[in-house]
Amino acid sequence: MLSFVARSIIQKIITLFFVSIVSFLIIHIAPGKPSQVDPLNPKFTPEIVERFRKEFHLDKPLYAQYVYFYRDLFTGKTVSWKDNQSVLGKIWVRFLNSLPLFIVGTIITWTLSFPIGIRSAIFRGGFYDRSATFFSYLLISIPGFFFAYILIIFVVTHFHVPVIGLKTFGIGGASWPNLIMDRVWHLLLPSVLGATGGIAVLSRYVRSQMLEVEGQDYVRTARAKGVPEEQVHYKHALRNALLPFVTMFGLILPGLIGGSVIIESIFSWPGMGRMAYEAILARDYPIILTVNFISAVLVLAGTFISDLLYLVVDPRIRL
Amino acid sequence: MRRRSGLGEFWHLLKQNRLALTGLAIFLLFFCVALIGLVQTTGTNPTFDPAMVRLQEKLLPPLSRPNLETLRPEEVPKLGIYLFGTDDLGRDVFARMLQGAWVSLTVGFVAVGISVIIGIFIGGIAGYFGQHNVRVDQVLATLVLLLGGGLLAMGARSWGVGLLIIGHAYIFFSAWSKKVWRGRSMPKSVRILYRDAISIDTLIMRFVDIMLCFPSFFLILTVVALLPASMYNIMIVIGLTSWMGATRFVRAEFLSLREQDFVTAARALGVNHWRIIFRHMIPNAIAPVLVSATIGIATAILTEAGLSFLGFGVPPPHATWGGILSDGKRFIFDAPWLTFAPGFAILIVVLSFNLFGEGLRDILNPKLRERY
Repeated sequence: MLSFVARSIIQKIITLFFVSIVSFLIIHIAPGKPSQVDPLNPKFTPEIVERFRKEFHLDKPLYAQYVYFYRDLFTGKTVSWKDNQSVLGKIWVRFLNSLPLFIVGTIITWTLSFPIGIRSAIFRGGFYDRSATFFSYLLISIPGFFFAYILIIFVVTHFHVPVIGLKTFGIGGASWPNLIMDRVWHLLLPSVLGATGGIAVLSRYVRSQMLEVEGQDYVRTARAKGVPEEQVHYKHALRNALLPFVTMFGLILPGLIGGSVIIESIFSWPGMGRMAYEAILARDYPIILTVNFISAVLVLAGTFISDLLYLVVDPRIRL
Repeated sequence: MRRRSGLGEFWHLLKQNRLALTGLAIFLLFFCVALIGLVQTTGTNPTFDPAMVRLQEKLLPPLSRPNLETLRPEEVPKLGIYLFGTDDLGRDVFARMLQGAWVSLTVGFVAVGISVIIGIFIGGIAGYFGQHNVRVDQVLATLVLLLGGGLLAMGARSWGVGLLIIGHAYIFFSAWSKKVWRGRSMPKSVRILYRDAISIDTLIMRFVDIMLCFPSFFLILTVVALLPASMYNIMIVIGLTSWMGATRFVRAEFLSLREQDFVTAARALGVNHWRIIFRHMIPNAIAPVLVSATIGIATAILTEAGLSFLGFGVPPPHATWGGILSDGKRFIFDAPWLTFAPGFAILIVVLSFNLFGEGLRDILNPKLRERY
């Protein structure tokens, strides 16, 4: 157990090191220089460009830039090239904005896909199962931005509520029930959109897990000895089908920072995804690299946690 | 029961899976439409001109007739009707959709083609030659060469050249020393260099793990934004960032096929490695790759539409479905057809690929065949 933990931590640190190198190279070898962002800007004289390059070590060779960048990142001193603010501070602010979207979206995904998946497994081949299957394909296939506009058109024309942004502009003086309802309306659409793909994939997965367990011998035994049908489904089958989903708690971790670039920019939601998008547009390398690094850390931490959870939950796995 | 040939049985199973059959039909239709679109919207005098601006005819709803009095004869749409309406510059949305169909189709197929070829190549090496080991001295030599090349590229000239010379010198030295050590026992210090360091399989799969750490859409967006805008860059970038799935499938198949009797028999007959791989193993390993490729095309089309929507797609005068939708978002309440026409087109095409891919998975899965 302990050796497994130690080995996988070392392995993940090595992976992370290579990820940092690859992402640094991708971004610096690509054509175009961050010091050429706006050649038409009259304030952008050669002297300023020179000062800019010196300030951010851009005049140094690439390996020195790499060392400088990751030294700054680990000591928390990295600053954005655009406005000289601390990158970690900026990411933290945006992360707090994205967090409610992530939490509500995850809750919607998990609470909806389990009932749907279980029901289609129990009535497999029936009308409900077939239509659930079709709808999950539909949800996987629909482009997020198109679905977003369908929902915006629907909600705005039927409920007459504004949906863009964190809250309605200039609502400051309203009473608090109105304020809360306003926030809820603004939160609802983007989180539903964030959840759609998840619902489709997860409910299919729940269904296939349930189907697999329902075919096992112990379920047939339970049925044969006269256990009521309800109890067979929810006590014998479901409990065993749940096993792989425990590990999925680890795998949703990367979603924390991924955010959705497209959905956040449609809804003008000042979250992580939108910040990353703006950073790409402004060639703000420190932010792009930091977001990339943090999300790689989260991916690795997620797989690590899910391995550990599997170990804890499933007694058949011994190392 | 009558025995059927492979293709006949495939067709028989496909006919029973109605959703997959619908998917295939829509895909074929889409292919024809894209081909017609390519032929009819390009050239000096296209039948449907996607770039024809008619400012007096802007934002007309679908199926409306052009006002013949205000248009010059060459500006009148060939169908005599705006099938999908016009956009804010009076351009025929139907013609633009036709032009965009080809972009979606080629991006989907070329990107997935690239990723499948890389996947078969790397996964094949990992699966077939994976048990071979890389020696310590080979790792060191590669590292020295890479470091030298890197330093040279970054500007540290003297260090870079020095390391490159050392690396190459070592390669010649090891080729020469092989003869010298033959039959004689090596000293202990040299033997450490010849120890097995890491297997090829581990090396490749670690690289796959590294690539999987990147958030895919964000990575694609970053690279596409840094490169000059063109359709080919998008295809290549999507292809280069999505080969990991195919690699894993091919490797898994190769690992199990390598132990099978027909491969052993071929090896016993003295068939060389490449013939075994290409004639005997790849045809048997291709099924799961085909399934993931079909679904991969759907994903690639969605990614391309997302990129175009964000404004990183094919540069402007050329129409793409994501781009039409992105232009139309300013008019979602006044001209919803600008959102719905491309949106439904993307939805239907992607859905057809997903359904066909899932159907293919059922058909090619021997475990599920019994059920039908």
